[in-house]
Amino acid sequence: MTTTSTKLCTFFLDDQFFGIEVARVQEIIRYQQMTRVPLAPKTIGGLLSLRGQIVITIDLRERLGFPPRPEGRLPINVLVRSDGGIESLLVDDIGDVVEVDADTFEPPPRTLRGIARDMIRGVHKLDGRLLLLLDVNQVVSTKPTFENSPNEKE
Amino acid sequence: MDEMQEITREFLIESNDQVDEMDSILVELEKMPDSKELLSTIFRAIHTIKGSGGTLGFKNIERLSHAGENLLSVMRDGRVRMDTEIATWLLAMNDAIRCMLTSIETTGAEGPTRTQAVIDHLTMYANLAEGSKQAGRNATRKRSQAVVATPAGAGAGCVASLLDLEEPLRDAAEPLVDASDVTSVIEAALEVAEAASTVEQALELVATSSTDEASRPQQPVGSGVAVSEPDQEENSSSSLAAAKSTIRVDVNLLDNLMDLVGELVLTRNQILQLTSKVDEPTFLRTAQKLKFLTSNLQEGITKTRMQPIAMLWKKAPRLVRDLAAGCGGKKVKIEMSGAETELDKTILEAINDPLLHLLRNSVDHGIETPAMRIKRGKPETGTISLRAYHEGGQVNIEIRDDGEGIAFQRVKQKAVEQGFINAAQAASLSDQEALNLIFLPGLSTARAVTNVSGRGVGMDVVKTNIEKIGGTIAVRSEPGKGTSLNIKLPLTLAIVPALIVASGGEQFAIPQANLIELVRLEAEAASREIERIHGFPVYRRRGNLLPLVELNAELDLGSRSEGSLSIVVLQVDGDQFGVVVEEIYDTEEIVVKPLGPQLKGHPCFSGATILGSGHVALILDAWGLAKRAGSTADEESRSAVARDFGPLAAVNEVVESWLLFRVGTDGQLALPMSGISRLEKIDVKKVERSGHHEVVQYRGQIMPLVRIATALGIESASADPRSLQVIVYPKSGRDVGLVVDEILDIVQGQSLLDTRHVEHGVAGCAVIQDRVADLLDVNALLAAWEVAPQLSPVAA
Repeated sequence: MTTTSTKLCTFFLDDQFFGIEVARVQEIIRYQQMTRVPLAPKTIGGLLSLRGQIVITIDLRERLGFPPRPEGRLPINVLVRSDGGIESLLVDDIGDVVEVDADTFEPPPRTLRGIARDMIRGVHKLDGRLLLLLDVNQVVSTKPTFENSPNEKE
Repeated sequence: MDEMQEITREFLIESNDQVDEMDSILVELEKMPDSKELLSTIFRAIHTIKGSGGTLGFKNIERLSHAGENLLSVMRDGRVRMDTEIATWLLAMNDAIRCMLTSIETTGAEGPTRTQAVIDHLTMYANLAEGSKQAGRNATRKRSQAVVATPAGAGAGCVASLLDLEEPLRDAAEPLVDASDVTSVIEAALEVAEAASTVEQALELVATSSTDEASRPQQPVGSGVAVSEPDQEENSSSSLAAAKSTIRVDVNLLDNLMDLVGELVLTRNQILQLTSKVDEPTFLRTAQKLKFLTSNLQEGITKTRMQPIAMLWKKAPRLVRDLAAGCGGKKVKIEMSGAETELDKTILEAINDPLLHLLRNSVDHGIETPAMRIKRGKPETGTISLRAYHEGGQVNIEIRDDGEGIAFQRVKQKAVEQGFINAAQAASLSDQEALNLIFLPGLSTARAVTNVSGRGVGMDVVKTNIEKIGGTIAVRSEPGKGTSLNIKLPLTLAIVPALIVASGGEQFAIPQANLIELVRLEAEAASREIERIHGFPVYRRRGNLLPLVELNAELDLGSRSEGSLSIVVLQVDGDQFGVVVEEIYDTEEIVVKPLGPQLKGHPCFSGATILGSGHVALILDAWGLAKRAGSTADEESRSAVARDFGPLAAVNEVVESWLLFRVGTDGQLALPMSGISRLEKIDVKKVERSGHHEVVQYRGQIMPLVRIATALGIESASADPRSLQVIVYPKSGRDVGLVVDEILDIVQGQSLLDTRHVEHGVAGCAVIQDRVADLLDVNALLAAWEVAPQLSPVAA
């Protein structure tokens, strides 16, 4: 049983390596013009039209507490199927589909704290690098807290 | 097997409909016991249930409906007359059938529903018509028992929930009945049942068991029924013919179709946008045809989802009947008009609970007891009227009762007691505003908490639910005369016409339901005609001040571009406000898509849509914008109450002659001419000092001078440093000189006083002949000023 393997769709944020179960990934599309949502939390990248469907994009950098994407660098949409529907994750770069064994897996170290803790299910120790397994449902469930109107007066 | 399930499912749907229909007919029959037509209708319904139930092998349903059919048959022949008691038992039959239908749906079997009591009573009433001595005697005996048992029927609405309790009761009761010891049955039952309602149930059981034996031999006495059988067949076949022109469709299928049509509408919009770029006649013609067909298809599909509001209302008579009985024997009749008014299924479902809640309120709080009504000189029976009608692309629903109305004072008092507002706020509220307090979460005005209502959860939930689907609710009430609630709802939610606007480079859709008019301001007019009151933008529209919401600022879209602007005037809940946008495009039929859970509850957007261009546009929520506009304009001076109800328009009409003047660099002030005796220019050199005050000699008197700039705490900006512009203002028998910077004009005519921006020295804001001016509150200024002389020894 220890040899069960899963296929992960992988991608990068800066030089960090992340993975999501292939079954959760619907498709990957290049950057598209998005409709931004005023007053929405920063983690919401905007709204995307995908063949007649409106998809919320989540800026994974913001979500995981990374610094903003450098100017001029366009993100890539990873469309994932969460329990709530289809969302898009904005990532820097796409990696290969990687087959990982359960015995390379380890839960997140206790020292991992902050907001990422809930979203990272664990780590696959691969040759030469660590692959962080993301929990799609956690990643897409951003709380809808809205900013106050900017002219709520000084 | 599958086919069987299909048939059963159809039976369930059909029978549920029929039971619902029977409910309302029964209530009506109570009022018109001799209506042959109603009796026939209800007879047909029960006959169908009996037939299909029997075919499918649901023996209990068959037996029960058979008993009901027997009774209805003799009633139709005029041998037994409808009365409240019979109605109660027939309603109990409906409830039992309903229970069994639910049970079939969930478990596949009729379940443990006990029907014997109902069957026995129905049979007993039917037998009242039979001449046989035996039957007659039994009937009389049973009739007396029925009186005992009736309360159980009155609580028939609860039968479903009591089912679980009934079973153990039955178990406890049966062995005792064999000993025919009625008293111990009750005792045993009491032990099992704790709630008062279950006691009724126990009584019912007692009645059942004691009549069990007597009624069984009488059941075959169906000879009278057999005679009328042929015409029953006829009746049911005629209703079958009517049924053939309609078919039942799964709602999911309709929803899917609606979605597909939505996509089609989007595609059509995209094609239509192409027509401006392509100059190919065949394409243009095809595009036109596509446009036409899509519209028709959309209309058609929308219609399939429309259902008459009668779907909801048919529950009302039964509900009101049971409630009235539960509220200390109130007498209530219900009137309906416009029951055929159609609404989208989704909306219908969404207003079901709010509507029932409002009805419950009307019966419980609204209608008085018969004694009280007579004392007040009203007819003994209260009336609740339901009215529905289409108006301006919306559906209006009105629930009106002629009960005691809502006592404004009590609402205020309760709101103060429960800490929603303070006493001062309460005193300043108008009657209508006080009435609106009932929508506050947690506020209850019921004298006592009853089973029916008064727990303080209610009107706020009703309001939120209605607003959620884009509707509005307003309450009007006249103490002692009655209350009316008006609900406005959109016809459909899925596809709505919307205006596409742009601001800050983004496009937004505004549903046309809220749209009143559009105003375009050219570039140079834009900066001039949008005026500010304490920083809040307003626009004079035909002499009235229209509060504005600047979309760029509100949504943080960056600063507005120079150039022409447009104001989109929206109406929400009777209040109008303008949204300032940079660009107005076309109107488009948009398909409303919900925002994901991540954006649910966004203060300004109610959904999103894909435009013809393929871009995603957010749908502006007029309600949310109004709320934000209201809360920002009111700031801290207003209580949470005011915020909840948007801007409170306290606009009073005043006709007068006005003096317009200027103090400081911007803005103008106004005073009514009636309060002013004259205007003077006074040389600065003539100003002398008396203690802390400046005075001048004027017409043989010493006239104190009040510098308005100083009093208002603003910088004076006089054009002429050598003389003072003075308004001579008589106050308590002597003149006071008000020093201003410049007299601008004297204008005559009507003005509107808007008291929303009250602050020190300013009584409000007025529009006088198209000019906005703050109205100077001289009395307040002087009162403040006069405190000073008492402090200093030198009085004027």
